[in-house]
Amino acid sequence: MGFKEYCFKKSLWLFHFGGASCNNCDIEILACLTPRFDVERFGMQLVGTIRHADVLLVNGSINQKDKVRLLELYEQAPKPILVVAIGACGCTGGIFAQGNTFAGPVDKIIPVDAYIPGCPPKPEAIIAGIVKLLHK
Amino acid sequence: MYKDLLYYLIFPGFIFISVAGAFLSWFDRKITAWVQFRKGPPLLQPFYDFFKLLLVKETILPASGSRLTFLMSPVFGLTGACLSGILIMLPALGLKSGFSGDMIVIFYMLTIPSLTYMIGALAAGNPLAAVGASREMKLIISYELTFLLVIAAVILKADLAVTVQDIILAQGEKGPFVGSLSGILLFIAFVFCMQAKLGLVPFDMAEAETEITHGSFIEYSGTAYALIRLTKYMMLFILPAFLCVTLLGGFRTDGIHLLWTVLKMIGVVLLITLIRNTNPRVRIDQAMRFFFIWMNLLVIVAIVLIYFGL
Ligand code: SF4
Repeated sequence: MGFKEYCFKKSLWLFHFGGASCNNCDIEILACLTPRFDVERFGMQLVGTIRHADVLLVNGSINQKDKVRLLELYEQAPKPILVVAIGACGCTGGIFAQGNTFAGPVDKIIPVDAYIPGCPPKPEAIIAGIVKLLHK
Repeated sequence: MYKDLLYYLIFPGFIFISVAGAFLSWFDRKITAWVQFRKGPPLLQPFYDFFKLLLVKETILPASGSRLTFLMSPVFGLTGACLSGILIMLPALGLKSGFSGDMIVIFYMLTIPSLTYMIGALAAGNPLAAVGASREMKLIISYELTFLLVIAAVILKADLAVTVQDIILAQGEKGPFVGSLSGILLFIAFVFCMQAKLGLVPFDMAEAETEITHGSFIEYSGTAYALIRLTKYMMLFILPAFLCVTLLGGFRTDGIHLLWTVLKMIGVVLLITLIRNTNPRVRIDQAMRFFFIWMNLLVIVAIVLIYFGL
């Protein structure tokens, strides 16, 4: 592993995109940042703007309106950017997959690097998913 | 000649200040984590962040707005921080004597980083960045007068000595300025000015992450943002160092005094970290009122006390 890649993996800044979710996944993502799980141990940090982000966390079902915004965010992100789909909704559409505003799971819109299934996934599962992503 | 170059680039110049500032920034984050009952980042985290931004990430230029200004302003900010750091550190470590009136030059150099954040934000062509820039501007207007008054009071206290070296020498004779009543008032005002200059809570409204999503820095990415981070690391070292020089008796590097020097710096950073962790963000008008009325009043009282020799 080169120096550049090592620095990148040691300092992932997260940007959270919540689609039309039921908000439960959002809460589980927040739980990763709180004292009990504290992902800052691994150098991860929640940032407020996509320009600083290294990881785009997408959760919730993506509907017609979210799709436009998600695409725009992905284009605005400085490369390299990793995309993580969180929750059953992000991975496959989950219980919203049959809805008439549903615009496809995340990987139909932008390339996804890691899937973390669960409804909602536990914080441990989210951390495990990101660790797998780092060792890919 | 080579020696000068060494002073400016390696010790106590650019490299030393950046590395020390990066460690202080780790210290700041670690203390923040402890205050919140977290574990916090590893020791080399600021270096990972910096090199990731510098080497790995792509720099995106704004479609609207002025690209050259956008890219150049972090460079100027870094230069300003670097020069002010060197001007403080050379006399503080006794390597060079500095020139007459270097306090004034340092004051101007310390303004440059905040000024360039503002110019860069205005060049980004983003409405939130413009909001951040306007807040930064108001903040500069409010704290700069207080900061100038503090420096004036320090000069007055050192019997009108306008060089850093003379101020340190004056403290060598009379003991650190903070030991007197006026010195304590000046210390309080200086710490709040420092908080505002570093853009830390309660005066982080220009960068308010939760409100205007990094405000002034919203459009910066990659290398340009790496330079801004570096400037921030350096400022986190330079301003506490300046406080040590002007009020806490300067640095001494011989024997056991080295330990005191390091403890002084760490103590000051600990103080500003604790202030930032135990306070809410204030509105910009509250910040202006705070500096214009209360802090200026405090410094003026200190100046009057200095006249009476307290
Ligand atoms: S995966 Fe489940 S918990 Fe997460 S947003 Fe969808 S429905 Fe909610």
